Amino acid sequence: MTEQQVNGNGAMSARKKRFLWIGFALLLSAAVAALVTKGLSANVTYFYSPSEVAQNIAPKDRAFRIGGMVEEHSVQRAPDGLTIYFGITDSLHVVRAAYTGILPDLFAEGKGVVAQGKLDEKGVFQATRVLAKHDENYVAPEVAEAMDKAHKEAVMKTLQ
Amino acid sequence: MIPEIGQFALILALVLVLVQGTLPLAGAARGIPAWMSLARRTAQSSFLFLALAFGCLLYSFIINDFSVLNVATNSNTHLPLHYRIAASWGSHEGSIMMWVLMLGMWSCAVSIFSRHLPEEVVARVLGVMGLVTTGLLLFMLLTSNPFERLFPVPLEGRDLNPLLQDPGMALHPPTLYMGYVGFSVAFAFAVAALLGGRLDATWARWSRPWTTLAWCFLTVGIMIGSWWAYYELGWGGWWFWDPVENASLLPWLIGTALIHSLAVTEKRGTFKIWTVLLAICAFSLSLLGTFLVRSGVLTSVHAFATDPRRGMFILVFLALVIGGSLVLFAFRAPRVGTAGTFKIVSRESSLLGNNILLTVACGTVLLGTLYPLFLDALNLGKISVGPPYFEAVFVPIMAVLVALMGIGPMARWKESSPRELRHKLRWPLLITIVCALALPLVLGRTEWKSVALLALGFGMAFWIITTLVAVVLERLHHLQGGFTDKLRRQPRSFWGMILAHLGVAVFIIGVTVVKGFEAERDVRMAPGDTVSVGGYTFKFVGIAETQEGPNYSASRGTFDLIKDDKLVRNLYPEKRIYFSHGMPMTEAAIDSGFLGDRYVSLGEEINDGKGSWSVRVYHKPFVTWIWLGCMLMTLGGIFALLDRRYRINMRKEAKLPLTGENDLSGSAR
Amino acid sequence: MKRKLLLLIPLLVFVVLAGFFVVGLDRNPREIPSPLIGKPVPKFSLPTLSDENKIITEKDFAGQVWLLNVWASWCVSCRTEHPVLVENAELIGVPIIGLNYKDKRSDGVAWLARYGDPYSFSIVDADGRFGIDLGVYGVPETFLMDKQGVVRYKHTGPITIESLRAVIIPKIKELKEQ
Repeated sequence: MTEQQVNGNGAMSARKKRFLWIGFALLLSAAVAALVTKGLSANVTYFYSPSEVAQNIAPKDRAFRIGGMVEEHSVQRAPDGLTIYFGITDSLHVVRAAYTGILPDLFAEGKGVVAQGKLDEKGVFQATRVLAKHDENYVAPEVAEAMDKAHKEAVMKTLQ
Repeated sequence: MIPEIGQFALILALVLVLVQGTLPLAGAARGIPAWMSLARRTAQSSFLFLALAFGCLLYSFIINDFSVLNVATNSNTHLPLHYRIAASWGSHEGSIMMWVLMLGMWSCAVSIFSRHLPEEVVARVLGVMGLVTTGLLLFMLLTSNPFERLFPVPLEGRDLNPLLQDPGMALHPPTLYMGYVGFSVAFAFAVAALLGGRLDATWARWSRPWTTLAWCFLTVGIMIGSWWAYYELGWGGWWFWDPVENASLLPWLIGTALIHSLAVTEKRGTFKIWTVLLAICAFSLSLLGTFLVRSGVLTSVHAFATDPRRGMFILVFLALVIGGSLVLFAFRAPRVGTAGTFKIVSRESSLLGNNILLTVACGTVLLGTLYPLFLDALNLGKISVGPPYFEAVFVPIMAVLVALMGIGPMARWKESSPRELRHKLRWPLLITIVCALALPLVLGRTEWKSVALLALGFGMAFWIITTLVAVVLERLHHLQGGFTDKLRRQPRSFWGMILAHLGVAVFIIGVTVVKGFEAERDVRMAPGDTVSVGGYTFKFVGIAETQEGPNYSASRGTFDLIKDDKLVRNLYPEKRIYFSHGMPMTEAAIDSGFLGDRYVSLGEEINDGKGSWSVRVYHKPFVTWIWLGCMLMTLGGIFALLDRRYRINMRKEAKLPLTGENDLSGSAR
Repeated sequence: MKRKLLLLIPLLVFVVLAGFFVVGLDRNPREIPSPLIGKPVPKFSLPTLSDENKIITEKDFAGQVWLLNVWASWCVSCRTEHPVLVENAELIGVPIIGLNYKDKRSDGVAWLARYGDPYSFSIVDADGRFGIDLGVYGVPETFLMDKQGVVRYKHTGPITIESLRAVIIPKIKELKEQ
């Protein structure tokens, strides 16, 4: 306990202390503000619809997200087996997209999809990430078919 | 019939919590003991009715009562029993039911373990909790009734979302909700203190164990969620900075700040206003999390059925609960007392730093999560904020926080000598710097950027560990007796702190090594092909078609995991098709170990005639440490809870003022 | 005094946040706005469910406000929506046309026989071609057309009593008066 009296801080005046705290606070808020603004400006991706891409509203040199439906019968696989070509449509326009890698489980033709990536020179959307959306209240026909199957099986079982 | 009983039980519970939320509060304000005494009884009986209602819901799920809409849309006769049980909280309605049930459970627990508290305090705390329960029960009955009937009755239900058919997902919501809802106790204590104008060290001691317990649940809940995402989503990631995940992180950050600021309030009687604000914020953010997830205001990869009407209800509820408590705070907080004094170099100031940094971290995560909403509302376009933002902002703040973590436990209350601190921290600092710089080089990294990142991570972890060792050694140094005896004499709360901080270090090591050394490859493999990752070789043996599960069929791949030409084990990743949803689901196969995971998941079949599949393989060194770290943190919380001083209080039947035991609280002012 | 103002900060932050939430609730980011709104309904020529040989086109609706409801016998959500339509067909007061989407004819007929038929008639889109033109994301979905055959409103997911009363019926009234 005696040591406290010896050290220099003990004698610090209330005013000096106050300044020190305010200094800390300013420094901290400036640092955080810098981090946040830099972080946000570098890592924000905009969202465009296929129509907006078709109308050249979407940027050519910057990554963005595109959302729509995977066009029916559009999914094709490149010979390397890992690159997939597909169309994203909002029913008015279709954007060709390519993705290399493993697609999420919920990716399917006729289902909603969100892809992140860039347009290349040929206007093909080179996706780096593909997110497939799934909504509980929404049933696509394919799903229902399987459902019907399960349903019929259940009925068969109860009859046996 | 059973669903109607459930419905009726809910309505009765609503009446009871309405009484719980009004009369005791009025009684406490006017000093009417009879009204105040209602609090305990209504809390306990309303919990019984809530439990009954939940039981009815569970029963409906177990017997496949498809006349209940909730059952028909979330269950199926093929669904195994344990998932039918889990399905009862898998839906929106069910999860709200569980929320309310847990709120009732916490209220009931408070009513039981609060015998030593003044009647007035109990009445206010339970009253506030009653009001919150009333709002949520109204929400449930008006917008999300779990017992809503469906006519005509379908023969078969729609099945639980396959993503949720998993042990991790069955456990994740209940633990997470226990944490969310548990903060309602701290919230109720804070509001009660504002109402009553009494806020002192005793108050902090009462609300501390509740807060710690809730925090433990929240930590485990988040951990299970992260673990689930890791092995179930098939992307090998454990945290995506997704809005839903952030929603659970926000209350955790504030809850962590709250635990620390409560410690100051208990020991030193200071930080009172701040503590109250944190308690309000922790619960507010829990509610906000529910709002964000359930209203559809923010889009998320994790899909939930959303409904703007529900969102409106929750928003009004939020405005009443959060807005109301913050108004109360603004006008009543000046009464609860002023801050005590402490020097710049002291444990208080380092804990203040901890609080500020955690709050700032929470603020930046909140900003990043809501930024798309802000821009959209201002018509500036639809955007999303990527994980790099969160990493770029969160990590530096955490680095400063960790630096303080080393100093805090070593500093004395009220005033610490900088010279003494420097002396004590000298060795830890030296060891930290040497290890942090040497380790990346030893591990074979030379590129400066990756060395810097690794050094930062290792530095943070070693700093925590070495300072903790120094703290323990210093504590023991002053004591007489044998080493183990000395260890045993330390209070449990001390060990709690050590364990929790150690958990942070372990967590950081896990994150650092995974980020620095993980390897991933997406490849196309035909049977017989091999791929090497992280010193291991995966050999694709083949695919066995359609192995039948109870409600799915699967393509099951077989892989040989080979290290140094020796077979380690076989891995069997699956691609499942669930009958009811027709939805494919990837089940990754993981060879999990203390030093790292080997992870393989199946993509799709490539129709090239050779039976090739696209395959993703990972080597994830030390990933287990991430969850181990969370478990240590939780264990620390449990140790703190088991501290002797709380147990003594629990047993005390007489309403004695709770001072004397703590030598510091008296001398604080 | 300064202190009191400081204590008001959390409240202010919350009020601002709540303001954004109120605005945010109205614009559901999940709902990808239909590009069809404000445009004429896509051309179609499809047979009715009851009579394979009777062909209906968009021109048959000239001069009247009409509702197109996409449904299917396999659709679970339609089962919750259907009674709402059956009970409120009169209240809606304009022709409701069913679009039987990717369904088997016999299943569709049986379904209507069992659960009731609120439709003036249903047209059949067995292969889902018209659905693509319409931008159908899932079933059920409902489109509202004005007297000129321009799509004025799209409702995704099952129609509830509330959405009917709060949104759809007022919109129909408005369009009828034009």
